Amino acid sequence: MEQAPPDPERQLQPAPLEPLGCPDAGLGAAVGKEAAGAGEEDSGVDTMTHNNFWLKKIEISVSEAEKRTGRNAMNMQETYTAYLIETRSVEHTDGQSVLTDSLWRRYSEFELLRNYLLVYYPHIVVPPLPEKRAEFVWHKLSADNMDPDFVERRRIGLENFLLRIASHPILCRDKIFYLFLTQEGNWKETVNETGFQLKADSRLKALNATFRVKNPDKRFTDLKHYSDELQSVISHLLRVRARVADRLYGVYKVHGNYGRVFSEWSAIEKEMGDGLQSAGHHMDVYASSIDDILEDEEHYADQLKEYLFYAEALTVRTFSLKGMTTKLFGQETPEQREARIKVLEEQINEGEQQLKSKNLEGREFVKNAWADIERFKEQKNRDLKEALISYAVMQISMCKKGIQVWTNAKECFSKM
Amino acid sequence: MGTLGGAGLAAAVAASRARTLGMEGERRASQARSSGLPAGGADGDSQGGSAPFPGSSGSSALLQAEVLDLDEDEDDLEVFSKDASLMDMNSFSPMMPTSPLSMINQIKFEDEPDLKDLFITVDEPESHVTTIETFITYRIITKTSRGEFDSSEFEVRRRYQDFLWLKGKLEEAHPTLIIPPLPEKFIVKGMVERFNDDFIETRRKALHKFLNRIADHPTLTFNEDFKIFLTAQAWELSSHKKQGPGLLSRMGQTVRAVASSMRGVKNRPEEFMEMNNFIELFSQKINLIDKISQRIYKEEREYFDEMKEYGPIHILWSASEEDLVDTLKDVASCIDRCCKATEKRMSGLSEALLPVVHEYVLYSEMLMLPEEIGKLEDKVECANNALKADWERWKQNMQNDIKLAFTDMAEENIHYYEQCLATWESFLTSQTNLHLEETSEDKP
Repeated sequence: MEQAPPDPERQLQPAPLEPLGCPDAGLGAAVGKEAAGAGEEDSGVDTMTHNNFWLKKIEISVSEAEKRTGRNAMNMQETYTAYLIETRSVEHTDGQSVLTDSLWRRYSEFELLRNYLLVYYPHIVVPPLPEKRAEFVWHKLSADNMDPDFVERRRIGLENFLLRIASHPILCRDKIFYLFLTQEGNWKETVNETGFQLKADSRLKALNATFRVKNPDKRFTDLKHYSDELQSVISHLLRVRARVADRLYGVYKVHGNYGRVFSEWSAIEKEMGDGLQSAGHHMDVYASSIDDILEDEEHYADQLKEYLFYAEALTVRTFSLKGMTTKLFGQETPEQREARIKVLEEQINEGEQQLKSKNLEGREFVKNAWADIERFKEQKNRDLKEALISYAVMQISMCKKGIQVWTNAKECFSKM
Repeated sequence: MGTLGGAGLAAAVAASRARTLGMEGERRASQARSSGLPAGGADGDSQGGSAPFPGSSGSSALLQAEVLDLDEDEDDLEVFSKDASLMDMNSFSPMMPTSPLSMINQIKFEDEPDLKDLFITVDEPESHVTTIETFITYRIITKTSRGEFDSSEFEVRRRYQDFLWLKGKLEEAHPTLIIPPLPEKFIVKGMVERFNDDFIETRRKALHKFLNRIADHPTLTFNEDFKIFLTAQAWELSSHKKQGPGLLSRMGQTVRAVASSMRGVKNRPEEFMEMNNFIELFSQKINLIDKISQRIYKEEREYFDEMKEYGPIHILWSASEEDLVDTLKDVASCIDRCCKATEKRMSGLSEALLPVVHEYVLYSEMLMLPEEIGKLEDKVECANNALKADWERWKQNMQNDIKLAFTDMAEENIHYYEQCLATWESFLTSQTNLHLEETSEDKP
């Protein structure tokens, strides 16, 4: 296999642009072309080796975040954060990495990339983005988007998003994704030129149609139930976790008051003075230790949130045509809307002629979608298990710190 | 001090010292006698309510007597809802020594190098409802080997009013000594129900402490009113209360009156300002520590309440996951165990630290009073060792008590974190073992 940096012509297939009039054929074509392009069976499992290989070739990191000011579409001044994306290629022989690309992107560009992927890979579970605004905050944590801790966690989330795409057997080969990493200027225009917004509606109709075949696949119904439940339980868990964090913060911080009072008291006590003073110091240490502890827990919460967003996306994708189009279209221009309506009218006319091939292609679609869902499920089980274990590790660390501090304090008290 | 006052004061001191010595002699004699007592303890035949332990019919007789007595000074009308009579009776019951001899080996001693021979417990709060009022009585059990007591065991019921009376008598009889504080009469912060379980339990613990402090005081322990308080039947106590102040208390009153009139004459050099300063600062600090400790308890309680909900969510989640069922259930059980450990930590705080700190808040409130500060200054200035010893004794106790209370709190926290650590570590181990099992299964 090649050692050189990815060759866009060879390794990445441009997302296929099927003719406007044949939404269903387009779907089939999309799947088919990807399979052909990969040169191997697109079953999600066989491509793993290729996928790992791909990962070895490229290192992606979102290494910095920077505050910027600029003018928005309505010529008003706005402040936003830009993120530096660095891509390195790893030389196979000596493991050295060379910086090949580096550019700045803002959150809205990530959103655009994701929306594009959603349209062109309807059978793939596309990774979610980190939250746009801070949710499930416990009260001491700032809900401000400009807060450095929030920005830092978002940086990690965005990096995770890109890594997930890069490690997906199919998504990693998408040209638009490649350009996102390599072409700073003009990337937005390139994406829009694919006309994917126009595709969205037709693809969704096709998507939905496949589920209205004679025997809707029970697995998809189960999937919907599962993703609903997952959404609900993770939200609940995150809410309670935030409350628990808030209370824990209170317990630790109040102990800090001992520090101050002990110190003042030690001034009037001859025998007890030293013991009081040093015990007070340990109370201060205890009180301040909670900040790091809870910051670590936020990362755990983020891991759960990723799957909350996955679940939300699954629900939407599987059944909500209306929800999907609203999500995708966002701020469309009047011209775009016009063009969309025109497309719809054409499709209504032509779609009626395609009904007999629908079932076959529907089944093909379902087979491929299900393969990706299996891949997703395995990923989810691995990730969640790891997250739960890391939670245990965090608790252990917190307990060890607690034992240390209180043992020190006890020694001071007993010497009073 | 002026000659007249000085003489009066010296006389009172001499008299009380003589009394102490006299008591000592008697006490030693009674110890010799007590060694002959059977291990079982109670003689059984004395009239002083020595019925062994709960459920005795004596208590209902007590109730009758108290209810009919309408002349008593109604200092503290304890009016509350009748539900209190259905109170949860699992209040703290300290370990009771079974015999005077066994007691000697078990309890730690305050300041007496000699053996402790008076053991008092306060428990079993009970509410009593009459047409005019509702109030609570506490059961007081006394076990002693002292000869001056008619029996070795006594059980009586007393209400808060009775404790107030006792404190008053002690202050009269020993105006120069630091008398232990009583818990507050009324609840300071607004509570919906005036006498809920927590309040009663807190008060019970404080009353227990009050009596034990007196018992441990080298002088106060031999006070006659104290003995009557511990041993008399209800009607006996009421009739005793009605008597005028005894000789000693009348003398004490005189001493007090004279002493406080003399204070105006004294000039106040720098050293006395220091004492003032100490009391003020101590009072400030102990009040703050009391507030902080109460707040910690509150925060821990709220943390506990949230944690109770946290574990079960993982169980709920496990219902929809096939592959993660065991991991999620294990996490839930870890969280539940940590929850229980938190509960234990909380109760440790409320048993050990909070009552001790609060008692010293009450002490400091009392010591801040002008006549008390005067007393303290006298103690420090006065060459009389007995008086100075009282102040030194108080300070020493204070330091020991605070030290012990905080050491206990640290110990509770260490224990809490150790328990949680063990829980999570065993979870981690089980996960690692599972993983090893799984990977070894994959091998050909």
